[in-house]
Amino acid sequence: MHSIPGRRFIMGLFLIFLLLPIYWLVNMSFKTNSEIVSTMTLWPHTPTLQHYKRIFTDESWYSGYINSLEYVVLNTIISISVALPAAYAFSRYRFLGDKHLFFWLLSNRMAPAAVYALPFFNLYSAIGLFDTPWAVALAHCIFNVPLAVWILEGFVSGVPREIDETAFLDGYSFPRFFIKILVPLIASGIGVAAFFCFMFSWVELLLARTLTSVQTKPIAAIMTRTVSAAGMDWGLLAAAGVLTIIPGALVIWFVRNYIARGFALGRV
Amino acid sequence: MDKTVNQKAWFLVLPVFLVVAFSAVLPLMTVVNYSMQDTFGNNQFFWNGVGWFKELLDPSTDLGGRFLASLGRNLFFSLVILAIEVPLGIVVALSMPRQGWTVAACLVILALPLLIPWNVVGTIWQIFGRPDIGLLGYVLNAVGIDYNYVSNDIDAWVTVIVMDVWHWTSLVALLCYAGLKSIPEAYYQAAQIDGASRWAVFKAIQLPKMNRVLLIAVLLRFMDSFMIYTEPFVVTGGGPGNSTTFVSIELVKIALGQFDLGKAAALSLVYNLIILIVCWIFYTVMTNAGNERKPQEGAA
Repeated sequence: MHSIPGRRFIMGLFLIFLLLPIYWLVNMSFKTNSEIVSTMTLWPHTPTLQHYKRIFTDESWYSGYINSLEYVVLNTIISISVALPAAYAFSRYRFLGDKHLFFWLLSNRMAPAAVYALPFFNLYSAIGLFDTPWAVALAHCIFNVPLAVWILEGFVSGVPREIDETAFLDGYSFPRFFIKILVPLIASGIGVAAFFCFMFSWVELLLARTLTSVQTKPIAAIMTRTVSAAGMDWGLLAAAGVLTIIPGALVIWFVRNYIARGFALGRV
Repeated sequence: MDKTVNQKAWFLVLPVFLVVAFSAVLPLMTVVNYSMQDTFGNNQFFWNGVGWFKELLDPSTDLGGRFLASLGRNLFFSLVILAIEVPLGIVVALSMPRQGWTVAACLVILALPLLIPWNVVGTIWQIFGRPDIGLLGYVLNAVGIDYNYVSNDIDAWVTVIVMDVWHWTSLVALLCYAGLKSIPEAYYQAAQIDGASRWAVFKAIQLPKMNRVLLIAVLLRFMDSFMIYTEPFVVTGGGPGNSTTFVSIELVKIALGQFDLGKAAALSLVYNLIILIVCWIFYTVMTNAGNERKPQEGAA
C-alpha cells in the first residue's frame, strides 16, 4: 500500500538519471586526453591512471584536499561544540528572547553567501586570519551553527525530561550529566549534525575561495587551474572531481538511516 | 510537557550567540556602512545617503536594470525548479522500495548528488552537456537536436534547470520519504478495509502526513535556489550574454569584479531583506504547524 504502480521502473529510471552524469565523470577520469577529445567512447578503451597519479604526486594538487579537509573538520568541531549546549537550552528552557534568537539563527542559515563574501574578506584581513583554515572554518559557522542547533534541538527534545530530573536527583552536576548521560543518548543526533556540518562546509565554494589565496587554497579553487594554454585538461579535471565525491560517499554510508531525519532538521 | 522559565539558559546559548554574531553582525554592519557611501578607490569614501537604493530600485538606471532583470530571472528559475522538483520528489519517495538492502542502496544513491561540492556539480554538467565530449550533448546532437548550452539561451536555461533537478530533487524525495515512514501501518489497513482506491489513500493519508516535510522542502528549495551561485556560474558563467545571470552572480560581479562597494552593499541589503521576509513566513508557518501537531499527538 505504501507505493505506487510501476515503482521499480520509476525508481530505476531516476537512479539512472542520477548516476549517468557521475558515471561520465568517472569514465572520463580514466581516459587519456587524446581519447577524450578525439573519439566518443562509452568506456575507456585505453584506461590510464595518469590523472590520478598526477594529483597524488603533485603537492599543489593534493595539498588542496588537505586544506579543504582541514577547515571542514575544524568547522565541524566548532559548530557541534557550541551548538550542543544551545540545543539543550532551546529544548528544555524558556528564556528572555528565546524565540527571536532562534529566528535570528535560522535567518543566518538562509543568508546568501554572496552577500557576505566581501565583508568577510575585509573582516578576516583586518584581524589577520585571512588565508588560514580558521577564516573559512569560522565563516562557514554562519550557516552550520544554526543548522547544528536545529538538528540537535530536535534530537534533544526526543529525550524524555524525566531522565534529566532523575540524574539531578541522583546528584549529577550539570556538566557531568551533560557528558555522561545526555551526549551518549543523542549520539546518533550528534553524528547526523556532524555529518551535515561536514557536508555543507565541504560543498561550499564561494566563501572558501574568497577567504584564501595561496597557503590554504581549497581543492575547489585549485580545480580551476586545469585551463591552460594548451586548452582544457579534461581528464585531470574529471579525476579531481571524482576525488571530491569520495569523502561524501564514505560518510554517507554511516548515517544512511538518519539522512532523511537530518534533512528535515530533526523534525519528522 | 511545558518548558520551564530559566534565564540562566542564556549561558548555554552564549557561545552560539558569540560565534554567529561575530560572523553575521560585524560583516552586516560593514555592508550597511558601505551602502551609504561612494568610493573612488584609495580608501576614500563619500557620503551618498540612500542614493544607491534609489538607483537600485529604478529600472531605468544601469544598476537598477541589471538588478531587476536578474531578480526576475531568479524568481522564474525558482518557480520552475519548484514546479518540477516537488511533484517529482513525491513520486520518487512513493517509489522507494519497502524493505531489504535495496532501501539502504537507494538512500545512499539518492543522497549522493547532495554531497558533491557545488562547483563539481557544475563541472559534471559542463562536461556532460558538451556537444563534443559529453554524453548528453553528443546524443542530443546525434539525434538531430541542435543543442549547445554555450551559445543558445534556451539550451543554457534547460541545462541549468536539469542540473538543479539532478542536484536537489533527492532532498525533496528524502524529506517526503521521512514523512511517509512516520505513517502507522494501521492507517493503510483501515484504508484497505474501507476499499479505498490508490488515489484516495494518497489524498487522505499520505499527503496530509507529508504536509510538514513538504513545507520544509518547498521553503528550503525556494531559498536555496534563490541564492544559487556556484553551479550556474561554473556551467554558463551567467551567459550566453546575461541570460543565466542570477542575483548572486550579479552581486559577486559588482562586489568582487568591479569593486563597486556601495552598489554591491545596497544590492546585498535588499537581497537579504527579501530572504528575511520569506524566512519569517517560513518560521511562522513552521512554529504554528508545530503547535497544531502537539494536541493531535496527545489524542492518539
